[in-house]
Amino acid sequence: MPAVRLPTVLRSHAGGAAVVVAEGETVADVLSWLEATYPGMAGQLRAPGGEAHRFVNVYVDDDDVRYLDGLATKVGEGTEVTILPAVAGG
Amino acid sequence: MTGPLLLDRDAYLQLVAHSYDGLPLEACGLLAAEPATGRVSRCYPTENEAASARIYTVPSKAMLLADRDAEERGLVLAGVFHSHTHTTAYPSPTDVAQAPDPAWHYVLVGLGEGAPVVRSYRIVGVTVEEEPIVLV
Repeated sequence: MPAVRLPTVLRSHAGGAAVVVAEGETVADVLSWLEATYPGMAGQLRAPGGEAHRFVNVYVDDDDVRYLDGLATKVGEGTEVTILPAVAGG
Repeated sequence: MTGPLLLDRDAYLQLVAHSYDGLPLEACGLLAAEPATGRVSRCYPTENEAASARIYTVPSKAMLLADRDAEERGLVLAGVFHSHTHTTAYPSPTDVAQAPDPAWHYVLVGLGEGAPVVRSYRIVGVTVEEEPIVLV
């Protein structure tokens, strides 16, 4: 089961945890699991269309999933999923 | 006023230097703090992936590497800095709309008025509040 590192802004929804162990076989599964387990995260991870929110970066191990298979990227035992804010401005 | 932002002098010098190095484009980077004190002790200058004089984007990979480095040092990412090359050190509407974390410090380096002007803000929803900077 993949470990998920949460950004500080989302930790309050998970009882303050920095890392949680999630369920699922793909990144999309992991995001669904997070939304179902921690309802406060709903709407903060994905846009209405289902893709990752543009203000969020999702990584599997060392790579942004945008450069892998997106939300279809496979995860498993020993995989680390990291969620961080996408930082941009004007 | 909230804050203050406790900012290490070295980190301050680094973010001002990086802002000048980035000219004529906007420059940006991340800030990490000691969790117990909130003191910002580390600056991570990054590329501006947007390569623009009007907007900035911290590269995704740089974000991950900074987060990991901060964690190894017992620090947490606690803010972002970027330069405004021709305007004042105040968050633009884009900055406010895209501010990721209400607990972060948003440090602006204004280069449009001669000497650099460094200011720090909290951005909660659409509310922008300046906080004093104390160099330590």
